[in-house]
Amino acid sequence: MAPILEARDISKQYGHVEALAGANFDVNAGEVVALIGDNGAGKSTLVRIMSGTEPASSGQLIFEGKQVHLTSPVDARKLGMETVFQDLALAPHLSPVQNMYLGREVMRTGPLGRLGFMDSRSMRKGSREAFEKLGATVRNLNGPVGAMSGGQRQGIAVARAAAWAQKVIFLDEPTAALGVVQTKNVLDLIRRVSAEGIGVVFISHSMPHVMDVADRIHVMWRGRRVATYRKEDTSMEQLVAAMTGAVTQEAS
Amino acid sequence: MTLADTTPTAAGTAAVEDVPAGRWQRIARIQALQIVLLLAVTVAIFTILRPGTFLTPFNIRGIVQNTSILAVLGVGMTFVIITGGIDLSIGSVLVFSGVVADKVMAAQGGQGWGTVLLGTLVACGCGLGWGLLNGVLVAKANVPPLIVTLGSLSAALGFAQILTKGLDLRDAPQTLVNKVGFGNIVGQVPTLAVVAGVVVLAGIVLLHRTRFGLHTYAIGSNAEAGRRVGLKVDRHLIKVYALAGLLAGFAGILNLGFFQSTTIGGQSNTALNVIAGVAIGGTSLFGGVGSVFGTVIGLFIPIVLQNGFIQINVQPFWQQVVVGAVLVTVVYVDQLRRAAAVGGRKHYRFPFLSHRGRRT
Repeated sequence: MAPILEARDISKQYGHVEALAGANFDVNAGEVVALIGDNGAGKSTLVRIMSGTEPASSGQLIFEGKQVHLTSPVDARKLGMETVFQDLALAPHLSPVQNMYLGREVMRTGPLGRLGFMDSRSMRKGSREAFEKLGATVRNLNGPVGAMSGGQRQGIAVARAAAWAQKVIFLDEPTAALGVVQTKNVLDLIRRVSAEGIGVVFISHSMPHVMDVADRIHVMWRGRRVATYRKEDTSMEQLVAAMTGAVTQEAS
Repeated sequence: MTLADTTPTAAGTAAVEDVPAGRWQRIARIQALQIVLLLAVTVAIFTILRPGTFLTPFNIRGIVQNTSILAVLGVGMTFVIITGGIDLSIGSVLVFSGVVADKVMAAQGGQGWGTVLLGTLVACGCGLGWGLLNGVLVAKANVPPLIVTLGSLSAALGFAQILTKGLDLRDAPQTLVNKVGFGNIVGQVPTLAVVAGVVVLAGIVLLHRTRFGLHTYAIGSNAEAGRRVGLKVDRHLIKVYALAGLLAGFAGILNLGFFQSTTIGGQSNTALNVIAGVAIGGTSLFGGVGSVFGTVIGLFIPIVLQNGFIQINVQPFWQQVVVGAVLVTVVYVDQLRRAAAVGGRKHYRFPFLSHRGRRT
């Protein structure tokens, strides 16, 4: 089966700093891929390029077998790819419903809609369904997101991405700074999203979480993917060894 | 893995405890309610001290009329401040628009409604132009709003003085003065108040019921998040500053009718007074929070105080002292409440000092 999204030979320079040096990547539909590596290995940069947040200096992105050029996150969204950023990118003063539909508001039908009036009822219903489906704990659909706990906000951000993603979802350290219960919820969310046939790509520093939910694990080192393992064929020792550059499957 | 075993809670059960807040609960949470109470108490005190003269139709009419023009300006300022910006130029834009409208109406001649309508269109056009300029400089040239509007504050007033050689024009058409500035629509209901009321209602609907309003809050709350979900942040900011300018231009024609003069030297504090009203009314200068209704109440308080002090023979200058104290106290209390609600999260620098209302 051809991967739903593939990155080939991606390079990225910031001035003289080489963040990515010919990195490859691929994710299949319904698969959870973990992206691991030491700090500065280029994980976040690669995800930012694949989600349209930053342009690559060189290299190709192939989406469903066709080469694509992403100039903004909006381009990626149009293809059905959503991203949960490390900072979550929520508007703290808005409610979960408003955040869920921000930029994609459901308008009222008829002339009122053309005047800019929104269909709050259907957005509310859609949000409630999305949160319930993913088991995101959202106690109050009206209150400002900024007053909610880190876990709740994370749940809202993930549920938002999952509700809109058709093909691929990127999560940049989705469990960083979360408690035990919230972490479990997010990992459950990841499983449920992939069960719907969506490719999940997540960056994590936590080996237990990676071994818990990932189907395949890509290890990055110094701007390149150096190894890819199926979860059942690897061990934490092997992963850690690859992260330090001791193992190299792929030629540069 | 061990993590999955530590928490027995079955995810996927009804996790959304959606408690639809009652209407009264929601109203009680609005900061504007405190301000309404403050206004009510102020009115009650003056009514008790001067029962025969304070709460009379004549006096109420005067208070409402004095608030009307500020309320029109306040609607635009509320939108701007919710985006995390500021507009210092509205007083000068008001004067400039009044001057140009007056000149055009004088050139056209006539004292009737046709001339007034022409003047209104010209004034609104002038205001819109300044607003667009402010918006483009803030959104596209990335100059902080405080600086941009400080610049247009100075430039618009300068142009007004150049056009008039510094002398106020006093030849507004009679219809504008008699029907709009001082006229009543019915009985003792001033035209000015009805016009302002319509603008305020339209502002409330626009801010709280439409996508335009939602995006205004979103940009003030987290512009970067808005950008990432595809909001056209720059274009929206331009529209918001254009709206504030348009309303300042419209206020210019109302001002011309009310004072029968272009009031070139009289508007230097207007923007600051309006900003004070907006802040008293619960709109956060950090962006993301606010209401037009609160702004209107916040603008009423200084006018009621001034009126009341004159009636009880206190030097009216005390009004400025009291308004200053009220402003600082109200915003301080609001900060405390908000900090408690959010659990002492980090403070942001005033966003209108930075680029595009972005937090740093």
